[in-house]
Parts: sequence; C-alpha cells; structure tokens
Amino acid sequence: MSKPNKISCRNLWKVYGKDAQSFMAVHSNAPSLEDFRREQYVGAVRNVSFEVTTGEILVVMGLSGSGKSTLLRCLARLIDATSGAVCFDGQDITKATPEELIELRRHKMGMVFQNFGLLPHKTVLQNICFPLDVQGISRTRREERGMELAQLVGLAGKENFYPRELSGGQQQRVGIARSLAVEPDVWFLDEPFSALDPLIRRDMQDEFLRLQRALNKTIVFVTHDFEEAVRVADRIAIMKDGALVQLGRPEELVWCPADPYVAEFTRNAPRGKIISVGQIMVPTSAAASEISIRIDQKLDDVAPLVLGSDRSVKVIDHDDRVVGQVERDRLIAVMFSDGARQ
Amino acid sequence: MTASADSAASRSKSILPGILVGGAAVVSLILFAVAPDWARQWPAEQIVPLRDWVTRFFQWLANEASFGLFTVKDLTRLVSDILSGPLTITDGLLHKGFSQFGLAALPWITVVLIMGIVGYAIGGGRLGIATTLGFAYLAVFGMWPDAMKTFSLVLVTVPIAALIGLMLGILATRNQLAERVLSALFDVMQATPHLAYLGPIAIFFGFGAVPRLIATAIFAVPPMARCTILGLRTVAPEIIESGLMSGCTPRQLLWRVQLPAAQRTLLVGLNQVIMQTLAMVVIASLIGASGLGHRLLFSLQQLQMGKAIEYGVAIVVIAILLDRISQALIARNPARAPTEAEKAALLRTSVILGILLASSILVAWLVPAFRLLPKDMTFTTAPYWDQSIRWLSRTLFVYLEFFRDDVTTYILVPIRNLFLSLPWLPTCLLVATAGLLIGGWRLAVTAFLLLGFIAAIGFWVPAMMTLYLTSMAVIICVLLGLPIGICAAHRPRFTRFALALCDTLQTFPSFIYLIPVIMLFRVGDLASIIAIIAYAMVPIIRYTHLGLMRVPANTLEAGIACGCTGRQMLLKVELPQAVPEILLGLTQTITMALFMTSITALIGSRDLGQEILKALPAVDTGRGLLAGLSIAAIGITATRLIETWAVRRKRELGLA
Repeated sequence: MSKPNKISCRNLWKVYGKDAQSFMAVHSNAPSLEDFRREQYVGAVRNVSFEVTTGEILVVMGLSGSGKSTLLRCLARLIDATSGAVCFDGQDITKATPEELIELRRHKMGMVFQNFGLLPHKTVLQNICFPLDVQGISRTRREERGMELAQLVGLAGKENFYPRELSGGQQQRVGIARSLAVEPDVWFLDEPFSALDPLIRRDMQDEFLRLQRALNKTIVFVTHDFEEAVRVADRIAIMKDGALVQLGRPEELVWCPADPYVAEFTRNAPRGKIISVGQIMVPTSAAASEISIRIDQKLDDVAPLVLGSDRSVKVIDHDDRVVGQVERDRLIAVMFSDGARQ
Repeated sequence: MTASADSAASRSKSILPGILVGGAAVVSLILFAVAPDWARQWPAEQIVPLRDWVTRFFQWLANEASFGLFTVKDLTRLVSDILSGPLTITDGLLHKGFSQFGLAALPWITVVLIMGIVGYAIGGGRLGIATTLGFAYLAVFGMWPDAMKTFSLVLVTVPIAALIGLMLGILATRNQLAERVLSALFDVMQATPHLAYLGPIAIFFGFGAVPRLIATAIFAVPPMARCTILGLRTVAPEIIESGLMSGCTPRQLLWRVQLPAAQRTLLVGLNQVIMQTLAMVVIASLIGASGLGHRLLFSLQQLQMGKAIEYGVAIVVIAILLDRISQALIARNPARAPTEAEKAALLRTSVILGILLASSILVAWLVPAFRLLPKDMTFTTAPYWDQSIRWLSRTLFVYLEFFRDDVTTYILVPIRNLFLSLPWLPTCLLVATAGLLIGGWRLAVTAFLLLGFIAAIGFWVPAMMTLYLTSMAVIICVLLGLPIGICAAHRPRFTRFALALCDTLQTFPSFIYLIPVIMLFRVGDLASIIAIIAYAMVPIIRYTHLGLMRVPANTLEAGIACGCTGRQMLLKVELPQAVPEILLGLTQTITMALFMTSITALIGSRDLGQEILKALPAVDTGRGLLAGLSIAAIGITATRLIETWAVRRKRELGLA
C-alpha cells in the first residue's frame, strides 16, 4: 500500500559562509566535513534526502545545532537552500518565483513556531485570521472561519484577548489555529511544544494527535525530545551536524540504531511502548500455549500476560495463524536491559 | 618553553603601552615647549578660506543653481508652499483664525477641553486632569497666543519629522548603502549643535515660520530614523517568519507585521521627536521670531528674569505634558479588544464629548472671556519673581559674587588661559597618539585630521574656548554624577528619586537652564559652566546606575564570598565591570555639554557658538556652518576615542 509522495527532498544542502555556491562548486557539490573545517564554512544541512507520503507524520530530531530547524526552513523556503530540490506534489519550490511562493504559502502550507510568533498588536481572533486577512478575504467570512478554529483548538471565549494575556499553552493553540486557517495540505511544526511546561506539553501532544486524526495533514514535525518524537511520529529522521543519520520507524531506531549517536538518543526510550512482539519472538508454527498475543502488539501491552504465564506465549498474526512464541526471560531482557537487542 | 615565551610576550605587551604613553608624554612636552610659531598658531595667511568658499557656494546654490528644469530657488519655494499649508491650518485653528472665511480661532476653553480629553483617553484620569490644568495655566497666565503659536508649530513639525524619520529608517533597513550613508550623516548631524543648522536654512528659506519648522524637523529626524532601524531589527525572527508563512507580500510584511510589531520602539522614537522639537522651538526662534521661544529669548537677553521664568515654565509645562502623553502611549497595554457593547459605549461618550466641545464654542461666542482672556483677567507672577530676585540679589548676591569672582579669578581664568595657549600641532599629535594607543592607525589619523581641520580653517582659538568650558563642565559632571549614580544603584529608595529627577531634567529644553543660572550668577564663565553641568549631567548618572545594575549577580556573590568589604566591592568588583557602560554615558554627557556650550553663546561666552550666532544676521553661512562642524569635530573625536576603548573593554570583560 504505497501512498503518493507529498514532499520530496533531494540532496539538500545549506552552507553558510562567503559565496557558498562556489564553495559547493569547487568541491563538486559534495564537500566533506574536512572541507568545511578547513575553509571555515558551516554545513547547516548536508546532503539530506527523504520523502514524506501524504498523511504521514515525519519527525525530524536532533540536538540543538544539528540543523533540524534549518532543514525545516529550507522546506518552507524561509531560508534558500544552497543546492538540492524540495518538491511539493512534484513542484520544485526552490525554483518558485516570489509570487508562486506567496501563492503556495497562502493555500498549501501552515507552520507553527517554537516561540509562537504571534503578532503582539492583534487579538487572538485577528491572529488566527491573519493568513486569510492578507489574502483579502472579507471580514465576516474570515472571522467566521476564525471562530470555528478557535473552537477547534479550545480557545472559545478568548477571541478578543491579546496574546500577551494568554498562557504559553494557549498562545501555542493560537499559533496552531492560525497555521490551520488556510486549510493547508502540508503542516510544518518547529518544536511546537518545547517552550511549554512538561505537563502542558503532554496535553498539547494529545491535542495535536486528536487534530491530526480529524485533519489528516502531511506533517513535518521538528523536536529535540525523543519521547515526544515517539509519541507522534510515523517515522523519525535523526540529524547530526547537518546530515541525516537514520530515518525509520521508531521501532527500527530503537531496535537497530545506525550508530552510537542514535543509540545514545534511544537509550532511555520507553522500549515497552515502542517495540512490538514481532521483534522479539522466536518464529515457530507450533507453539503450545493457550494464551495468545498479536504480532503487532507493543511489549508494554502484552507484558502482564507474558510475565504472568510460566511458559512461553504464542504469537498470532492478523489471520490468527500462529507464527511464533515469546519467552518470559527474553521479554524481561529486552524491556529492562540495555544490551539485549541481539 | 612556550609557556615562558607566552608570559614574556604578555609582559612585553603590558609594558608596551606604558612605554608608548610615557614616550608620547615626553615628546609632547618637548613639542609644547619648543614648538615653533607656525605649530602654535596656524599662520593667518595660511588659513584655508573655506568659510568664504562655503558662503559663496551656498549663495550660488540658493540664488542661481539650477537643475535644468527648475532652480534650487523654485524647489525651496515649493517646499515652503507645501509646508505652509498645514501650518496655516493649525495656526488658523489655534490662534490666527481664518479671516477669509470670517472664522475666529478656537476659543481657549475648547482647546483646553480637547487636550484634557486627549490626555484622559490616552493616559487615564490623572493625565486628563494634568493636561487640562496645564493648558488652562497657559490661558490664565496670559500666554495663550504665544503658547498656541509654539504649539501649532509643534503639531505640524512632529508628524512631518516622524514620518520622514520612519521612511528613512525603513530605507536604511532595506538598503545597505543607504544605511551606511544615513548613519554617517546622522552621526555628524547629531554631533552638530542646533544653532548651526539655522544659517543654511535661513539662506534657503529666509526667516519665518516655515524655516523654523524645517530647522526643527531636521533636528528631530535622526532619533526617529534610529528608533525605526532599531525597532525593525529587533522584531523577533519568528514573527517575521510567521508573517511570511501567512502569505504576506513584502509590502504587507512591512506594514502589517514588522512595523506594528516594532510599535513600542517607534513610539519611543516619537517621544524623542516631540522632545527634540520642543528643545528646538526656542533656538529656532532666532530665525523666525514668534511664540514662547522668542519671548523667552528676548526676556533673557533683556535680563527680565520674571518674564523669562514665566515663559520658561510655560515651555516646560508643554514639554512635560506632551512627554507624559507620549509616554502613556508607549505604556498602553490593554488586555483585550473592546467588545461590541464597549464600542457602543465609546461611541456614545464621543458624541457627548462632541456636544460638550460644540457647546464650549457656543459659550465662548456668548462670553468673550472664554475666547481669549482679556489682559486684566490674566495673572502674571513676573513682578513677584522680579521682586524676589531683587531681594536675592541684595541679600545673597554679595556672597555669590565673592564666590563667583574668586572661582573665576583663581581657578577658571588660569585654566582658560592654559587652554587658549595650547599650540595646535602638539595638541593634535597628542590626541592622535591617544587614538593610536586605543584604536590603531585609522583612529589616530581620523582624530588628527578632525582637529587639524579646526586649526586649518582658523577656528582654533574659539574651539579652545569651547573645549575649556566643556571640559570644566564635564569634569564636574563626572565628579558629581558618578557618586549620585553609585548611590542610585546601591540604595533602592534613592533610585526612584534619582531616576525621576533624570526624567524630569531631560524633558527641560536646554534653554531653561540658563534662567536660574543667570539669576544667581549673572553672566560669565561660571554661569555658563553651571548651566552646562545642569544640562549634561543626566547621562552620566543614568549610565553609572545602569552599568552597576548590570554587573552579574554571581560576580557580586563571588566578591562577597571572597570577603570583600563594601568599599572593596565597589572599587574592585563593581566599578571595573561598570566602567565601559559609564564611559558610554560619558560620551553622551560630552555631546550634550558641547551643545549647551554653544547655547551659552547667547549669554555671551566667546566660543564657537558665538561664531555661529554672529554669522546668523550677517548671512555668513560658511562661518556659522564651519563653526558648527568644528564643534561636531571635537565631539566626534572625543566620543570615538572613548567609545572605541569602552567597546573593546566590554568585549574583554565578556559583557558585550
């Protein structure tokens, strides 16, 4: 079941330094880390390629300075990439004219910012309606839509307040509502919850997932918090020093990290919530247990069953066929110890 | 091996400036002693006749120059016509009336009500009452027509200057070349004293209200442009990005996102425009006699102190009220937009107020006293002031005179003679050496050329007079301001008092300081120096306070933990870190002192300001302008030297 690619990003580079274009040219469009160091250029994004399918949530992760925000800004063309292509539905936006770019942003893209980026001189409602306002949509129509969105993100009754009167969580709700005002296909979120308290952050993640279930946008979500990434992601891209280190489902990252950097990231991840039964079972078609678990269930969900049983538990697939079995010791080893992924 | 080499290098590095300073001092002492005549006084026959060239150039430009299709004269006439339009309207509304339509000016009672309403709408009840009383004061004390002439000029100048400043600021943020040109131009403009603008403007626009307006506007534009640049630069990048992602066109981004987001800084700029306008109102009356400024100037020169005080108070009242109104505008911070019900209530109130205003006009039509208070119904306090000053003179002046004469004879005159005898070449070389030590060759050459320029055009002696007055004042400013600033930083209760005092002092137009000084000391060097001190002291207090407050808390704790006494804390921990900030305050004090020095020319000091004044009636543009630029040259040299050092020191301390 392959879905069409909504966003495709090919060999994207963003180099900072004097006359970055010719620096790229001199090194035949593939400067090495050594080249950057020697000539004192900064490779904020280095040769990044990936695809995002329609309706997918791709989370871009990395420590600060790893280039994740720069990558996102290149996708939205808030920053011009040095080389490479970014296509939306096949249209390369790195080559779009200023007018085309404005059109794209007015209809296809929405973005949420870490520090909200709200306009201080406009009320909540005016902020939400601002993207419609600049398009010249009539006041009654845009305010109708604005009230709808305020309702959607739980801000009803706050429409007339100025942003500074709201809590951080409420301000980000305004940011979210504004980014949805034009009903974009593509939704960019730049560390949307990083500036919020941990408790509010969880609420907002739930809220975000609820919205996404209803709206089904194509999403690129930047964060530095692995737990958050795991909660919201379909796939996670991990960046280091501007380059993409690994791209895959959360389970893949945890189970077989590409390098020590990724391993370090995933070390404290809640394995039980990420790894599924299929990953740790021993394939066999003849398991004898009465208790059965499904192959795609997460370890946390099956742990009580497996731990409570004194024998191994059988694993079935979608068609209720027995495909393997899981042993208690194996489960304990995977869930609670570090070196158990072999 | 390397370690010892390093320490040797650092030792030689730390010795090197010492050697250079010592060497320079020795060499300059020798130079001062043995300098030949041409190095002491620029030979009269060698003086570059730049003044005459400039004068002739301006005459040619104003009278003959042509751009082909139209001449400069046509252009200035066009500008005059455009500017006199709004001025006619405000003049007509406030004091002249529109005779061609048979309409009188607004009655004072109506204007007072309008101002009260404006004050209330922007700043609430207290400001409303203050503005009402303040403007009523102008009427009751018989200064209404003069005050309205001044106010009318302010009303037209402020929006024009603010708009031009805004546009220039926007231009500077969009175009690098424009920014570089403008910032260099503003540096020179802000270092050139108010007086110096008057000559060139008079030659293009003559004398009268329009040239006054232009002189005032020119002075008020740079701070607005600077605030615009600062405001636009400091808008959070995410706000701009959110505007872009909302699909703004570049124009929408500027007008609907960047400028509104920079609102607060822009309003600070507007406040500065208002303050500069009021400061210039008096000075500009030299080229267009009308209004409070002219009256004040006239009474000052006639030594009619009672009247001078009244007019001075009137200007201060307007200045303070307009300052408070614009401050209230900056501080306005509503929690939410008005609801529909509130909007309706607001509309009802406006209708009622409109009716109130209309009926006030009607009442004034029936009762002439509400139109313009007849002379016998106004008060004047001038006789009382004159009496008390006479009393002061009789009782106090005997002692003050002793003080003045002693200080002048035994301290000021010798120092003045020392300054006036400074030979130009060794002095320039000495300053250049300082520049070399602080900032390198470029700074040295700049300093040398700027000061050499003054000698070359034959202004060395008046320049030394300016330097003498200014340095005396600045030294005393530091001696007084530093302790006040330190006190303000250490004693919270004193802080509020000191800062409020600074705020108030800053709203006074420079001229005002001449009044009490003349009252107490008559004219002379001492009077000038004291006026300069009073005007220029504020920045040094403010920046000392600021610098000390910015010392990081953990550094302070570390000092306490090391067992410093209070004295040691101040001298060894706090002050060293605050020094760069204090020095930046010092540069502002120097600039302001230079301005005030030129203004003291009006009470007779024989400095560069006097050259400007003398040039005015003679329409000797070159003389006035070059004297002004000489003051700017002194100011720029001093601030460059100090700033370079302060910025370097700041970076070394990791405070930048």
